[in-house]
Amino acid sequence: MKDFWPYLLILAGSTYLVRAIPFAALQKKITNRFVRSFLYFIPFSVLAAMTLPGALYATGHVLAAATGLLAGSFFALKGRGLTFVASISCVAAFAVQYLLNATA
Amino acid sequence: MHSFLRGLRAGVPIGLGYLSVSFSFGIMAVASGFTWWQALLISATTLTSAGQLAGIGVMAVPGQYVSMLISQLTINIRYSFMSLSLAQKTAPSFRGIKRWLLGFFMTDEIFAVASAQEQVHTAFFGGLSVAPYVGWTVGTLLGGLLGNVLPQSVMDALCLAMYGMFVAIIVPRAKGSKAVAIVAAGAAALHGVFYYVPLLKAIPSGIAISLCAIAAAVAGAYFFPLREEQEDAA
Repeated sequence: MKDFWPYLLILAGSTYLVRAIPFAALQKKITNRFVRSFLYFIPFSVLAAMTLPGALYATGHVLAAATGLLAGSFFALKGRGLTFVASISCVAAFAVQYLLNATA
Repeated sequence: MHSFLRGLRAGVPIGLGYLSVSFSFGIMAVASGFTWWQALLISATTLTSAGQLAGIGVMAVPGQYVSMLISQLTINIRYSFMSLSLAQKTAPSFRGIKRWLLGFFMTDEIFAVASAQEQVHTAFFGGLSVAPYVGWTVGTLLGGLLGNVLPQSVMDALCLAMYGMFVAIIVPRAKGSKAVAIVAAGAAALHGVFYYVPLLKAIPSGIAISLCAIAAAVAGAYFFPLREEQEDAA
């Protein structure tokens, strides 16, 4: 892996500073409503853009990945936690993949 | 000490979740050409899911330092907001060097648990951080080492764990807030355009994700500005 060390420095360094600087240095509350609203939405928009469409190609079959995501979404809607949702996504994807391989 | 143990216990479910998710990160990292110790080092120094996933994507091509920085800042800017928010709830003694050290552990789930406290003490936050950190690094190590041992079909399925975690974070909030649902769907749809349309496909994935996420969040802030009573929920 070329350029591993400089990349690691940027990755770890920027992640740390983004967390620590506001925690340690800035104590003032952000009052601007637009900025607060933007910051409120950004975690969800980032995670959504990371998940789709990328997750569809994370496993061997698009159909298996889609089933896994749907199963995860279903149980997340039912209020199940992180570990369960992540596990059930894998199990569902594995099951579909197994069936597809068996019939192919 | 009591406070530390209470935090330690509160962190165990997060640690277990991280163990399974980082296992899939270890597998993905090794599958995309990293060694097991490089994967471990990334997890041990960075401690984040989405950022690391985007990070190994950018690292596949050498020399994209600006792309790396921009995508990391966009993906991780949410931590700044969490840090700001938690900084308003800390005990008076939780300051200075303690904040510089423990700020490292500000993940989505640690923040979620800590912010449910009336007041956050140094010992509690320190205890809370232990199991997630151990889970994240050990899981990555196991994934990186066992990734080659497990059958391809199992590895393929496990790669979905990280995305399953994202689903577990987005879906419950989207259920409670139409605005969150629309913003998340908008970001995903926009990224779909970048993913499939010929010319846009050439844009590095880290930057495409950043652009889509920023555009969706700006639209969200414009069309669904927070009301005062919503702000604490953020």
